[in-house]
Amino acid sequence: MDIFLQQLANGLTIGSMFALVALGYTMVYGVMKLINFAHGDMVAASAFIGLTIYTQVMGQSTSFGAVIAIFILAAACTACIGIALERFAYRPLREAPRLSAVVSALGASLVIQNGIMLVWGPQMRIFPPLVPEVYWDIGGVVVSLVQVLILGLSLILMVALYIFVEKTRIGAAIRASAIDQDASRLMGINVNNVIALIFIIGSSLGAVGGLFIALYYRGITFNMGWQYGLYAFIAAILGGIGNIPGAMLGGMMLGLFQAFIAGYVSSTWADAFTFILLILILIVRPTGLLGERVAEKV
Amino acid sequence: MSNSPLIEIKDLEVAYGSIDAIKGISLEVHKGEIVTILGANGAGKTTTMRTISQLHKAKAGSIMFKGVELTKLPPHKIVGMGLSQSPEGRRVFGILTVEENLMLGAFSQKKLNKKTLKWVYDLFPRLEERRKQLAGTLSGGEQQMLAIGRSLMSDPEMLLLDEPSLGIAPILVKAIFKQIKQIASEGVTVLLVEQNAKAALKLADRGYVLDVGRIGLSGPADELLASEKVQEAYLGKKS
Repeated sequence: MDIFLQQLANGLTIGSMFALVALGYTMVYGVMKLINFAHGDMVAASAFIGLTIYTQVMGQSTSFGAVIAIFILAAACTACIGIALERFAYRPLREAPRLSAVVSALGASLVIQNGIMLVWGPQMRIFPPLVPEVYWDIGGVVVSLVQVLILGLSLILMVALYIFVEKTRIGAAIRASAIDQDASRLMGINVNNVIALIFIIGSSLGAVGGLFIALYYRGITFNMGWQYGLYAFIAAILGGIGNIPGAMLGGMMLGLFQAFIAGYVSSTWADAFTFILLILILIVRPTGLLGERVAEKV
Repeated sequence: MSNSPLIEIKDLEVAYGSIDAIKGISLEVHKGEIVTILGANGAGKTTTMRTISQLHKAKAGSIMFKGVELTKLPPHKIVGMGLSQSPEGRRVFGILTVEENLMLGAFSQKKLNKKTLKWVYDLFPRLEERRKQLAGTLSGGEQQMLAIGRSLMSDPEMLLLDEPSLGIAPILVKAIFKQIKQIASEGVTVLLVEQNAKAALKLADRGYVLDVGRIGLSGPADELLASEKVQEAYLGKKS
């Protein structure tokens, strides 16, 4: 029972990080029908940007205000990368065959990854403990303050995003653009702005996810975006790509799945089981858990 | 009829890559008119409508609406000028509810006009009955009502209707055409594209016949209806 509760806590923590990153994949796919393969690398870039802001701008301060500033500045910088990515790597290919955009996405991924290596070097860097290292032992289950913060903040961000998309006017424009871009233009929606906004939101959430990953695992490398990006991508597919609540659910489920595999089977096999899960989902329910439930009349 | 037309299209040319779809057409619609564009499949009717709304950019020519050149504007600016379109194939947002679709129709308005919503529900009571239903679950005719209702939500001065009878049960076509007449009588100028030439000409004041990218015939609707050429080509009557 102890293992169960411990892995439940760990699973929810990594699950919420997957979910934050998965939202970026799913929102971009929802509107553009494009897998943004560079998304994971933006997540990694955010961790390095956060590290530099901590050492160069905040003078290694871990005060509450400094930590908040690190998160906001890193998210803003990553959002700028996202805007540039959309503007220069994807927008010129809007009318091109889909494969061209996918190749461009893979290219952008390599550019960002190598960019990180050029600036910060190829060796692993240690991310500072921005949050006090406090642990609680609750009946044999150890939970850290970092874990509580990651889970809590992720949930707040996800609820905020959900309300924004479902209840606001701009959210309605996002949903409409995801369904039919030309019809949205006829409604007076500036689809280019919607797409830019999607990249800003997706990159910022991914940036927060990247900082959480850095805080939780501490070691960051230039190519870590590939691994975490892949997990988040699987989470997005698990939940139904293009579906925002699906990405949240898929992230949480994948986090729990990996934690329980690590706890009950073996942590070295966690990746293998993750891909087996992906294959099973693709065979049994290719639209994901919350994928399109309504058949549209044509 | 006022002196200057509400919309005036001059020498419009549109191409898809190297293929010319519209080879220089000119037409005008005056305030308060119902004008129809007829033509066979592939004549360029939908291309014309898409180009007016700037979803497709013209190769040459001009489209003046209320004295403003539309060809220089991005598509999302058009509806805010009072020119709204109900597109071919309805294009309703299937996974959103009827009411959410109508709200999106009012996106270009700063504030939702409750009166307009009531007007649309009065025109198409079926939409009010089904307002919480997902648009994709409506019948074809109901989806067409929704597409027209959605395009009215922006309080347009002029409505572009592209094939409202396409794939719809005949009884509903009648009902929809009756409501188009009603909409026009309440002051909305209508440009109607149709393959159903007879129904369109009975409704319209004037008509243009589009023939592979060019205007073949044009004139008052009753003259076109009586014209042997139109009867032969579009009404299936043997001479």
